[in-house]
Amino acid sequence: MSIIMAFIIGGLICLVGQLIMDLTPYKVTPAHILVGFVTGGAVLSALGLYGPLVKIGGAGATIPISGFGHLLAQGTLEAVRAKGLLGAFTGGITAGAAGIAAAVIFGFCMAVLFNPRG
Amino acid sequence: MADSKQPGPPKKPLTLAEQVMQQKQTYDQQAYQRLADGVKPRHNVLVNALNAFWVGGSIAALAQIITLIFIATGANPQDASTAATIIMVFLGAFMTGLGIYDEIGKVAGAGSIIPITGFANSIVAPAMEYKREGFVFGVAARMFTIAGPVLVYGFVVSVLIGLIAYFLK
Repeated sequence: MSIIMAFIIGGLICLVGQLIMDLTPYKVTPAHILVGFVTGGAVLSALGLYGPLVKIGGAGATIPISGFGHLLAQGTLEAVRAKGLLGAFTGGITAGAAGIAAAVIFGFCMAVLFNPRG
Repeated sequence: MADSKQPGPPKKPLTLAEQVMQQKQTYDQQAYQRLADGVKPRHNVLVNALNAFWVGGSIAALAQIITLIFIATGANPQDASTAATIIMVFLGAFMTGLGIYDEIGKVAGAGSIIPITGFANSIVAPAMEYKREGFVFGVAARMFTIAGPVLVYGFVVSVLIGLIAYFLK
């Protein structure tokens, strides 16, 4: 059941991104989409709107890059509660550490191991 | 089109009938263009949206399955979700190396960009492409062509949120 919900929520988030790319008059590149969804996810999360989506969709809400924004925002808020001002600086990156480290390490290894085709 | 500067025989002044015909032609072309714009992109938008939906949904569903497997082996939900994220990043990077992810991206658009696998793809693809420029300015620097802005704005927003939360309470 949670797998179906993940499919639906994850699909809907990607669908919104695709509609933004296709229907806005500006040239929206993948970089713009990724930046927009990270910041959008973080802001929605801080306003308390992204948490419910994670409850419903599980990985469907955490795997899209907006879920990374949610992770940063929740990590920051939690750290601010625990450590005050210092937490505003440490919380987000601490929460996102696993994803960032994995992206850098695996990204580097694959880029070294493989060569582009064509 | 009448006033376009094309090399060719010098223009004779047009008769009234010719002017009318020319204007009608322009009008017909514009009408056709409007009709085409109205029909063609709408079709593409629908197909693109559908492809983004099912590919993005499938990637999320796979991550959910991995999360459930970790929970079944005794991890707490938070750790299971983190582990699933790491595995998805690995899969995204690996499939980019094999050249499969870019094929998916041609069909799926945002469906392959927005999931964390797309973030991994955005790191590996340019790094691989510019490898011949060396391991510092080629691989390592190019890894962050797209990931850099994502991290910059992610960090800026998260620190801002922290500052706002701190001063509001």
